[in-house]
Amino acid sequence: MIAPVALLSVRDLTVRFGGIVALDGVSFDVEKGVTLGLIGPNGAGKTTLFNAITRIYRPQSGDILFDGESLLRSQRHDIIRRGIARTFQNLELFRRMTVLDNVLVGRHTEISRSRWYFLPAALGLPSVRRAERMARERALEILEDVGIADLAHRPVAGLPFGTLKAVELARGLASDPRLLLLDEPAGGLNHEEVADLVGLIKHIQKRYDLTLLIVEHHMNLVMKVSDQVVVLDFGKKIAEGSPREVQEDKRVIAAYLGTAEEDGAA
Amino acid sequence: MNARVAGFPIYTLVMAGVALIVFIGIPLTTNSFQTFQFANVAAFVIAIVGLNILTGYSGQISLGNGAFMAVGGYTTALLAAKWPLPFIGFVPYGYTIPLAGLVAALLGFLIGIPALRLRGIYLALATFALALAVTPVLNNYDGFTGGHAGVFMKSATPPFGLDLSNDQWLYFMCWAIAAILYVPAFLMLRSRTGRAWMAIRDSETAAVSSGISLAYYKTLAFGISAFYAGIAGSLFVINNAYVDPDSYSLALSLTLLIGLVIGGLANVWGPILGGLLVVWLPYFAEKSAGFRLGPISLGGKPDIEFGIVLILIVFFAPNGLTGLIGRGIRWYRSKRDAGRGAAPLPAPAVLEEATQGGEPSEIIG
Repeated sequence: MIAPVALLSVRDLTVRFGGIVALDGVSFDVEKGVTLGLIGPNGAGKTTLFNAITRIYRPQSGDILFDGESLLRSQRHDIIRRGIARTFQNLELFRRMTVLDNVLVGRHTEISRSRWYFLPAALGLPSVRRAERMARERALEILEDVGIADLAHRPVAGLPFGTLKAVELARGLASDPRLLLLDEPAGGLNHEEVADLVGLIKHIQKRYDLTLLIVEHHMNLVMKVSDQVVVLDFGKKIAEGSPREVQEDKRVIAAYLGTAEEDGAA
Repeated sequence: MNARVAGFPIYTLVMAGVALIVFIGIPLTTNSFQTFQFANVAAFVIAIVGLNILTGYSGQISLGNGAFMAVGGYTTALLAAKWPLPFIGFVPYGYTIPLAGLVAALLGFLIGIPALRLRGIYLALATFALALAVTPVLNNYDGFTGGHAGVFMKSATPPFGLDLSNDQWLYFMCWAIAAILYVPAFLMLRSRTGRAWMAIRDSETAAVSSGISLAYYKTLAFGISAFYAGIAGSLFVINNAYVDPDSYSLALSLTLLIGLVIGGLANVWGPILGGLLVVWLPYFAEKSAGFRLGPISLGGKPDIEFGIVLILIVFFAPNGLTGLIGRGIRWYRSKRDAGRGAAPLPAPAVLEEATQGGEPSEIIG
């Protein structure tokens, strides 16, 4: 039997900043349709991994395969065309634009791939009007799905934090990605909002036929939504498995709670 | 209030009618100099629309758009009055206008490439250097440009035997071109292209991960901005029937930026108010001789008065005059609705102001 090709395959990935090793030979696979939780103490290298996948950081060695092809040959702005979208740990919204326009920026590459789009746009040609209208309809559908369609025409600046998180999620969905990277989706949310988020993540995963990679500190959320969990500590993968397996892993418990010797330092 | 004619609300039609009457009335009721000034307003409006695309919407601060105006202006002057082309001879004014835009756009595009590496204050300084270089460069290559002496041109006369004075013809031509150029800018800004520019302004990180190529959209913004500046420079030269290197001093670039900020950054109507102000404010300041502030005489010191008005606007209308007017309209509507006993709209002023574009400090920072 031939093993199915993983949608995302991280292979022996190493990222260094000067003398600091942020990721140290990390490898794991994510099968299509899986929700993978990426956990670990602060500074474990989780966001670094996201930034390597989205080409913000260049790894010193190793490779990242998406659909069997290396991502390292793609430019930063081409990653989304490969089918990978992301959200950010500290919101990166276009704060002087409306909610709808934020989502429409997420659909940038789907509206057109022409370099000369600005010319027919300047002339208001029917092809552009149609493309824009279709994009707007799609964006409104997505806003409906994440539950903020009524805020579509509000400027982003001034909206509550939980809503902003939903705007980022909608923007991430707007490119019809196959892989969505969520960087601490529960960060800054209250108890009730986290409960809603669990339902929302499960809902969009099914509806958009997504593979999800979630960096999260909120254990409860990770354990509820993940099919598979990878644990990083000081840039190394220390455990991988189902949420239950990982929770019972001694090294994981040690990394989070600290062993007796490390207590003083932690 | 809900009455409509041909699908348009009466209110809109009345406003459009008033605007049209004012527009046609200006050249018929003002003297020749004033008409000429209003034609220059149109040229400034075009230049500021271009700067608005680059600085207001894309967040790339430029202190150098005067240089693009110079390129456009000299393209027109040299083709129309100094260097006859083989077989064609001097190019008629009208044909030099789009050429001026294209030549300036090419330069803008080329300037945009090194500018990709610069951000905020450093970009401001680099474009500032560009603006500084214009006059010396034009003076230095005097064999080609005519140097200090400048280039004299015949004044543009109305075509088709139209019964208009030269200034009236220039007025209508400049404003017609301004109107023609306003629409594509507006349409572009509302489309995917405009959203990409605003996305870059608000968060480069998120823009890139949304598939927006910074290199492409920034150079595009520079090119299009320079296209508008080039056409404005061309019209400026045609209006004056003369050009010399000092017409494109650093002050011109600063004037454009001042006009943009006073009108309102990233506001569609900002450039019109900005254009009116940068042309007429110095004029009125000059006129107001004898104006005294206590023991200090301000009369005949236009720079001081201009400066004072500028400071007042920056303090009291940080979103420019369009922001101030928008605030006034919202205030009036909320008063009116409250007077009728209707529930006031939940439209917090803070939120709406946020879409008016940022303060200059945000763009530099």
